[in-house]
Amino acid sequence: MTPPQLRPNEAELIKSVCDGEREAFYELMRPYERMIYATAIAVLKNPADAEEVAQEAVMKALSNLGRFRAESKFSTWLIQITYNEARMKVKKARQHLYESIDEQQQNEKGDFWPKDFADWRPIPSEVLEQNEIRQAVQDAINSLRPEYREVFILRDVQHLSIKETTTILGISKANVKTRLHRARLQLRDSLAPGLDGCWIKGQSHRKVRPW
Amino acid sequence: MVKKKAGMPIIEISCVEVWREISNYLDHEISAELRDRMEAHFKACAHCTAVLDGTRNVMELVGDGKVFPLPEGFSKRLYKKLQKLP
Repeated sequence: MTPPQLRPNEAELIKSVCDGEREAFYELMRPYERMIYATAIAVLKNPADAEEVAQEAVMKALSNLGRFRAESKFSTWLIQITYNEARMKVKKARQHLYESIDEQQQNEKGDFWPKDFADWRPIPSEVLEQNEIRQAVQDAINSLRPEYREVFILRDVQHLSIKETTTILGISKANVKTRLHRARLQLRDSLAPGLDGCWIKGQSHRKVRPW
Repeated sequence: MVKKKAGMPIIEISCVEVWREISNYLDHEISAELRDRMEAHFKACAHCTAVLDGTRNVMELVGDGKVFPLPEGFSKRLYKKLQKLP
């Protein structure tokens, strides 16, 4: 029986790869390419670095596949490998990624004060096909502090559970919740002025406020 | 002010407390009692409802992964690299 942690056929594909069939590995990895890349870019921000790390992570997954025990989901295992590779690259580069847009909005206790109360109408994710809007969303995510950005991407982009996120990042459940909370509210603050409809339909910003 | 619901009083909650819990509210990570208090607050407070809707929209906007599309040629370069492995 296939364990629930694996997609249909994955157990067979993993066995085939371990038996030396390289083609099976391509098939195994294909559904996860975007997820691996998004995890890498969550840490690194830069597309070229993210691609390099994604490739390294896939190589590492290949050489360690025999050790995968299906105690976690295969996707979580891949994210863990990618995250570790990305962190290593950051460490090596000694990048100081702690620029932040949030300092003024948080007090010491960490309460968050919204900057603005724009009332968004629902924004379809199809707008992300417009390059400038996707870029604005990426820029907003990239301007989060790294520890917030990582949690946000694992939870809201990759849809990992709180528990899976605690395992991958090695932080407590309470920390996951707090960081996610701040990331979401900061993104709302930085995106609301552009994404409240005026970017899409040329409407005035004022119109979407309920007062 | 104390509102009544099914015989149980709902203690009012401030905007700051609501903001603190909005993310947990969206993740269903709060008690039923707090949920009732927040829902009562949202009914009366347009500002907090705007923050709630905006936060939910952020989650929906990024939720299908389109925000980080793979760079063009990513798969090709990846499989080329894999093919070079001994």
